[in-house]
Amino acid sequence: MPVPFTPPPLPSDDKRWKIVNGTMRKNGFARYALIETLHTVQSSFGYLDDDSIRFVANSLRVPLSQAYGVVTFYHYFSLKPPGKHTLTICSGTACYIKGSDKLVDAAAKRLGIVAGQTTGDGKISLMTARCVGACSRAPVALADGEVAGEMSGEQMLEQLERWAVE
Amino acid sequence: MTIEELDQIALSVRQENAKYDYEVNVCMDLACASQGAGLLRDELVKAAEASGKKVLVRRTGCMGPCSSGPLVRVDPEEQHYHHVTANYAEAIVAGLGGKPVPELQCDLNDHFDGQVRVVLENAGHIDPEKIDDYISRDGYKALLTVLTEMTPNGVIHRITESGLRGRGGGGYPTGLKWSTVAKATGDVKYVVCNGDEGDPGAFMDRSVMEGDPHRVIEGMAIAAYAIGASKGYIYVRAEYPVAVARLTTALREARRRGLLGSNLCGTPFSFDVEIRLGAGAFVCGEETALIASIEGRRGTPKPRPPYPAVSGLWGKPTLLNNVETYANIAPIVRNGGKWFANMGSERSKGTKVFALTGKITNTGLVEVPMGIKLREIIETIGGGVPGGHKFKAVQTGGPSGGCIPADMLDLGVSYDALMKVGSIMGSGGMIVMDDTSCMVNVARFFIEFCMTESCGKCIPCRAGTAQMFTLLTRICNGVGTMDDLALLEDLCVTVKETSLCGLGQTAPNPVLSTLKYFRDEYLEHINHKRCPAGVCNIQAPVEVLA
Repeated sequence: MPVPFTPPPLPSDDKRWKIVNGTMRKNGFARYALIETLHTVQSSFGYLDDDSIRFVANSLRVPLSQAYGVVTFYHYFSLKPPGKHTLTICSGTACYIKGSDKLVDAAAKRLGIVAGQTTGDGKISLMTARCVGACSRAPVALADGEVAGEMSGEQMLEQLERWAVE
Repeated sequence: MTIEELDQIALSVRQENAKYDYEVNVCMDLACASQGAGLLRDELVKAAEASGKKVLVRRTGCMGPCSSGPLVRVDPEEQHYHHVTANYAEAIVAGLGGKPVPELQCDLNDHFDGQVRVVLENAGHIDPEKIDDYISRDGYKALLTVLTEMTPNGVIHRITESGLRGRGGGGYPTGLKWSTVAKATGDVKYVVCNGDEGDPGAFMDRSVMEGDPHRVIEGMAIAAYAIGASKGYIYVRAEYPVAVARLTTALREARRRGLLGSNLCGTPFSFDVEIRLGAGAFVCGEETALIASIEGRRGTPKPRPPYPAVSGLWGKPTLLNNVETYANIAPIVRNGGKWFANMGSERSKGTKVFALTGKITNTGLVEVPMGIKLREIIETIGGGVPGGHKFKAVQTGGPSGGCIPADMLDLGVSYDALMKVGSIMGSGGMIVMDDTSCMVNVARFFIEFCMTESCGKCIPCRAGTAQMFTLLTRICNGVGTMDDLALLEDLCVTVKETSLCGLGQTAPNPVLSTLKYFRDEYLEHINHKRCPAGVCNIQAPVEVLA
């Protein structure tokens, strides 16, 4: 007789694990729930670390290599904790035509990091996005998820300044 | 739910709306919302209450001309106000029934007159979170008619008769696809909606999912009935959180109204839909990759055949269509296939929604009949290139498409015509470029996109796009040679002909089309170390010391 599967215990009594577990339970701990569950982890914790990937993989009976493969395949998943604030510059075609590459260069120069990194003090992350679908207002930047269109270099640097002195 | 009950709901919504003398519709799509449309609506509600007038303030999905946002339309006058800020709320309410607010008035007749709205027929007229608003505009009527009066074959016949072709870009005849899945053997079948709008610079599907989500659900339900499926999935990009929220609400409302679930309308037909989130991979727009992603795996494509119509999601026959394709279904069922086939050109029927962006006056969403000239879209509806600049090219089809030069502006837009000139219809991104855009740089941008988005499964795409990117970077930096150009052209052919999926097969298109129409710009970069548009950062040649 097959032994019934018991999912592993939650890694800690952090309440966020219950939310993660809820997503898996809703999907009957089926393997296809891997991406759904990783989304829940990222929205709850901000990023995916080794412990959370291991926990999700074990709970869904997915080989760890496969789970890691999925995490690194999709751009949306991040393996590093985000900074306190995140500036995301859209680099879709419409934004590119209107000079979003110059915005990225200016922000990178100001922060002393390249896109995809977080400043040493953990304050600001600089990201680029493929397209956020606000193309009519290109170039677009997102300050902590808030969409701002027709972004100029000055406006963007002012925003970074405000965050830096916080 | 019966048709009579549906009519009753529609009637009560209309009676409710008739209690008001005026309707103030506020566009709350992303572009307008990012400029304070939310606050504007709150202020309008307050001002309407204070005035004592009978005013219905409604939030709506995208009205179209995003560059005029935040946009407000006052009915019954059909007066459009542009660039409205919250401090105008009182003035707008005061102007109802009297003189409109002069400084906000705008003339969008040129913009709207050339358009024909089928997919966007409800845009700007309904609150996307209210199912009753959708029902009041003939929503779900097509589904109930199909369930009670038509056979699955009858539905497929009607779709075939309409001549509808896939709006995701490929243009495969929708009726033919449906009949293939319907004929496939197996008692479990799936209906999947591709809402993974990966084309950077396009946002039609986002606007439809956010502004009129029930239209997509109704189209999917009709498809499910036609092919014999009882389960559907909508695959949406995680970058579109509002679309996910609106679809979630819409699904809940549809279940509550008995328009999704078991034994719909008292018939044996059952259908429900689940949302699946994408996670940022362009290749997941490819059907086999999308299916892999729904199954929770890396989104890598598989060789076809077998096609998803035979063996798709979990090995079962699967119907996969784009958001806009499903959005066309309900109007076709309601009005008949012939009605649809009367619009458009000979082999491309109906209308197409385009996201008009880039160096153009009226950016936003437009819906035009197929066959319309590019010139009309860009110059009349789009208002031309602003700032005294000269139109250079229009890019359609995103990273899989090409650039169409100024002397081809009289081309009628259809699947075949665009293909013939080296571009594709694509999902509907239309990016206008002027004399300040460098075509070599644009080609490099798209190749960089394809290089980073290549899933890595097949070598021509993985290695080919990387080599093409290096060559284009050399040319952009002013160190390219004629040999580089020859190698680039050679690689284009190799990648195009030997890649596994659509991503690789179409990745060279932006390079090929710019080489065809703007070869002089490539030569200028190579021979004279000069970027005609002044975009590429070519360093002055360093003199080598002897």
